[in-house]
Amino acid sequence: MDAYLVAILTVAGVYVVLALALNLQFGLTGLINFGVVGFFGIGAYASGIATETLGLPFVGGLMVAILAGGVTGVGVALLSLRLSGDFLAIVTLGFAETARLVFNNEDWLTGGPRGFIIRTRPVMSGLSRDVTAWAVLGLVAAAALITFLVLRRLADAPYGRILRAIREDDLVPSTLGKNVFVYRLQVFVVGSAAMAAAGSLYAHYVQTITPDNFTTPVAILVWMAVIVGGAGNMLGSVLGALLVTVLYEGSRFVTAGISVLDAEQISALRFILIGTVLILTIRFRPMGILPESQRRASASVPPTTP
Amino acid sequence: MSVPLLLADGLSKRFSGATAVDAVSFVVESGQIVGLIGPNGAGKTTLFNLLSGVLRPDSGRLIIRDRDVTGLPPHRLARLGLVRTFQLARELDRLTVLENVLLAARHHAGERLLGALCRPRATAADEGRLVARAREVLSLVSLSAHESKPAAALSGGQKKLLELARCLMAEADIILLDEIAAGVAPHLVEKIGQLVIRLNRDHGKTFVIIEHNIGFIRSLASRVVVMASGRVLAEGSFTHVAANRTVIESYLGQAA
Repeated sequence: MDAYLVAILTVAGVYVVLALALNLQFGLTGLINFGVVGFFGIGAYASGIATETLGLPFVGGLMVAILAGGVTGVGVALLSLRLSGDFLAIVTLGFAETARLVFNNEDWLTGGPRGFIIRTRPVMSGLSRDVTAWAVLGLVAAAALITFLVLRRLADAPYGRILRAIREDDLVPSTLGKNVFVYRLQVFVVGSAAMAAAGSLYAHYVQTITPDNFTTPVAILVWMAVIVGGAGNMLGSVLGALLVTVLYEGSRFVTAGISVLDAEQISALRFILIGTVLILTIRFRPMGILPESQRRASASVPPTTP
Repeated sequence: MSVPLLLADGLSKRFSGATAVDAVSFVVESGQIVGLIGPNGAGKTTLFNLLSGVLRPDSGRLIIRDRDVTGLPPHRLARLGLVRTFQLARELDRLTVLENVLLAARHHAGERLLGALCRPRATAADEGRLVARAREVLSLVSLSAHESKPAAALSGGQKKLLELARCLMAEADIILLDEIAAGVAPHLVEKIGQLVIRLNRDHGKTFVIIEHNIGFIRSLASRVVVMASGRVLAEGSFTHVAANRTVIESYLGQAA
């Protein structure tokens, strides 16, 4: 049970990073990225290939993953050149599916459907099973914390103000001298790199990755985390990701007791549970559990007495 | 003769066969207030979209201070000192009034990705300086009391003032006002008029103003350009243009 709790929290930490990255793209800037899982997968495989095939240490794998995520982000962004609404949504959705097909079919590189085995651990070797699990959790938690602090700083800075303006009406910042495309590109690339970093952490945690780990349901969970937590609020995304993963992973226990259902029905039931939470949130708290706050740096500058 | 501040040279824009702006040429000298009038559908707003880079002209040239800026995107033109307002105010609802104005600031360290992350001191210093300036601008347009409200909470007239405030914050030399007085309470219209005159006289700002309120144009514009069916019909002083037969017909002709 203890081990299971550690496992749930580790996965939750990975989802926190994913949700924060999507919150930067969607919550703050309004970019619709349905390809979250594609960047997640590219990070996982890039890190695995770097450490297993090329023999780099874990940190090297993480760096390669971030680089691969960023470069892919540039590519996808340039494909949907203006990065506007529906077009970006379709391109990213297509990208994620393409990425999964590549993982599935390029056996020489990814091991194909058999999976890719990753022996390199993100923490020092020789520790007991329990200690290793805790150490990995600590690492994932640290990564989530760093991502949170960096992205919250961006969100609260004047940089974040421009992102919100782009989300509200991109013509306004554009006619006021802001290069909207550059901002969107930066946000898309930073977010993609963070998603790939999450992929690297995940890969070295689970140690065997298969293309089935990187299907659309992952992206749906991340989207739900952002919306339930409160789009535009970084703390909301942390909360949303924790809630969604704990519900999704924790519901294994609850549904395991229902013997009349087979495994497939149970897994469907877990999604129904998450969906219900989403619907209830939108019904009763349309802006999420923690709505985007009005408190920002500009307001803290004291007014000059007239 | 000095170099004109803004020169439109044969600008044209077609939308699937219909010519919205048809070879429009005119000159705006520095320090002028130019009124742009004409019946609905004359192509005035499309012309503004061409002047501000929101639309690319199909033909013709746009020149600012001797520099060919045809086809430049809006943000480049804004950096050259040309800023506009919109016919339907485009306030950013979920940003506060102060943030709406701050957005227009130029040269802010905290607006760059690396500046925001790695230069907290420069960011805080710029933010402090610019917040002070934004508050000056807000007091100029009498919106100081509303600075921490979300922009969505402003009245229609106040939203127009907010748009004007953003133009001032952007340090623009050429300000294009698209029906800034439309749908605004009369006392605010007067206030906007006085503000435009003051900015023109004391700060040397140049204005191009689209307006249906003829009284507003008469009291402000040193020169009037009349458009109809995408073309320039007449230009000159208000009295000169008002006496022009074709101008009168283009307005009255609609009713007749």
